[in-house]
Amino acid sequence: MPLAKILVAFKSVPDPADAGMSSHDIASKFVINPFDEIAIEEALRMRERGDVAEVAGVTIGPAAVDEQIRAAMAMGVDRVIRVDDSRALDPYAISRILCSLVGREQPSFVIMGKQAVDDDSNQVGQMLAGLLDWPQATFVSKIEFLDNYSRACCTRETDSGLEVIEVSLPAVITTDLRLNEPRYVSLPGLMKARRKTIEVATCEQLGITVQPLTVILSTARPPKRPAGTRVDSIADLVARLKNDAKVL
Amino acid sequence: MAKSLIVIEHGPSGLKRSSLHPMTFARQVGDSYALLLLGHRLDALAPTLQSYDATSVLLADHPALAEPLADRYAAVIAEVACKESAQTVIASSSTFSKDVLPRVAALFEAPMVSDVLAVENIDGVSTYKRATHAGSMLANVRVTSDRCVLTIRPTSFAMPAPSSSLSPIEKLPVDETSLPKGMQFISREERVSDRPDLSDARVVVSGGRPLKDTETFERLVGGLADVLGGAVGATRAAVDCGMVPNDYQIGQTGKIVAPELYIGIGISGAIQHLAGIKDSRVIVAINKDPEAPIFQMATYGLVGDLHQLVPELIEALRRA
Ligand SMILES: Cc1cc2nc3c(=O)[nH]c(=O)nc-3n(C[C@H](O)[C@H](O)[C@H](O)COP(=O)(O)OP(=O)(O)OC[C@H]3O[C@@H](n4cnc5c(N)ncnc54)[C@H](O)[C@@H]3O)c2cc1C
Ligand SMILES: Nc1ncnc2c1ncn2[C@@H]1O[C@H](COP(=O)(O)O)[C@@H](O)[C@H]1O
Repeated sequence: MPLAKILVAFKSVPDPADAGMSSHDIASKFVINPFDEIAIEEALRMRERGDVAEVAGVTIGPAAVDEQIRAAMAMGVDRVIRVDDSRALDPYAISRILCSLVGREQPSFVIMGKQAVDDDSNQVGQMLAGLLDWPQATFVSKIEFLDNYSRACCTRETDSGLEVIEVSLPAVITTDLRLNEPRYVSLPGLMKARRKTIEVATCEQLGITVQPLTVILSTARPPKRPAGTRVDSIADLVARLKNDAKVL
Repeated sequence: MAKSLIVIEHGPSGLKRSSLHPMTFARQVGDSYALLLLGHRLDALAPTLQSYDATSVLLADHPALAEPLADRYAAVIAEVACKESAQTVIASSSTFSKDVLPRVAALFEAPMVSDVLAVENIDGVSTYKRATHAGSMLANVRVTSDRCVLTIRPTSFAMPAPSSSLSPIEKLPVDETSLPKGMQFISREERVSDRPDLSDARVVVSGGRPLKDTETFERLVGGLADVLGGAVGATRAAVDCGMVPNDYQIGQTGKIVAPELYIGIGISGAIQHLAGIKDSRVIVAINKDPEAPIFQMATYGLVGDLHQLVPELIEALRRA
């Protein structure tokens, strides 16, 4: 029996392709976190193959993220729930909210990016799996269902190469870059997405109170490396590495 | 009883040296620490850990822990942390700790700070510095609960000095029936390499998209690394093309390196790649485009065709 529902979590982040991007207050353009776009793409392909009936999305943020919700819907996500919260929440708070939403939505499994490219924490999926007491498959570059959809065989990218594990479902899966290449959003798709309704929920409605337990006191630009030197030949380079830098 | 519990990592070639670096962090903040090693047949690994001033060396040694499956490992680590009344659980950043420690945080009911670069004591409270936005911002973070989980960047904290006193070894009982069993290990790619490990090599040579195929990559990037006794890395573009395996990737979402010498060949210098090489002492870039962003970070930049320059460099170093 194919699966009933996948829940995909996605976050709206400053566009990493935007060179000036560095923090929310100066970012000009926001996009779906690239790793989450990969998670959405994977879920859509599963639905298109008939592995799953419904792809539901969830994002936690203020109304401003509706633009990225429309983009997710334009890719093909069936419905999206936005948990309305404009606070600077940390991964622990986010995963607790997602945990209560999983309780309400009862998905067959959850898929999301391994890392949000703004806070670069790489925590939420693993925390959610821990809170739910579900298996986890992180940094995944391949997913196959086994035994009548009761388990998934996942290839993971690790520091020493590829690793294969099997997890029983439901589980939390987090995506790495090489799982797939997300589709482009079409204009007709975007138009259609405009007519869909976004479901809005609050922590209160979900029956949960969360507080961020980490606070960012200040941010700063990292110190710049001193300007370097152009060398004009291999001989010049080798001489400098030897005599000036003393690394040879 | 120790203030911090440090999770030590090991692999086929023994203890992972960089996983000992959190002890330097703990010493810096003045916390006592216990070391925890999980796995199967750990007896040969434990003695080395006795000479680092830990309150104890804890071993969770059981066949069910032979492979680092996150659900089982997190359950054991969180249980030990509670039993030891630890306030902080710490490990060095790696795909192992990234997989397991956030799950520990969930069970330990604590927030987590990833990849800490520095720690400062302000008004008696620890403030952690970490990079965000692919290294283009630094944030000072404070934890407001009395427990937390941390990973530290191993290149930012040195290898701890050993001491002459011996910490006691304690074997922990592991109750297999209470462990989660939803995850099964199937296989792992085992590649043997004579080259040093990327994360703690003195020299790193790294290649990008124009290396085109595995053979050219190995001949030029690998060849240069070998004359320097260095490790080999790559950009995401080179990995995506299938030139090299995923574990060569350096950057925001790959490995962080901080060698004495980093040489980037045919690499444009996207911020996601630079995030992984910033702390290298000397950066050399070889690129045919004089405007390539990597030149802004390079200590020495050489403009030209890599197919001509790299063989020339290998030859010059051989002669030197
Ligand atoms: C979410 C996300 C995460 C990412 N994470 C990472 C990461 O962890 N690590 C990473 O590396 N990238 C990462 N990237 C990708 C990154 O943005 C760049 O696309 C990538 O680093 C580019 O690789 P490259 O420099 O090899 O290729 P290119 O950008 O194509 O550059 C190739 C360079 O080679 C030069 N060149 C071409 N021919 C020659 C020649 N014959 N001789 C000399 N020079 C030549 C060109 O001038 C050019 O500058 C990430 C991207 C995203 C969106
Ligand atoms: N505000 C959010 N709303 C929905 N999902 C989120 C949010 N923040 C993080 N996530 C998910 O958690 C993943 C890991 O984020 P992080 O642990 O912050 O690096 C992201 O790729 C998202 O899938």
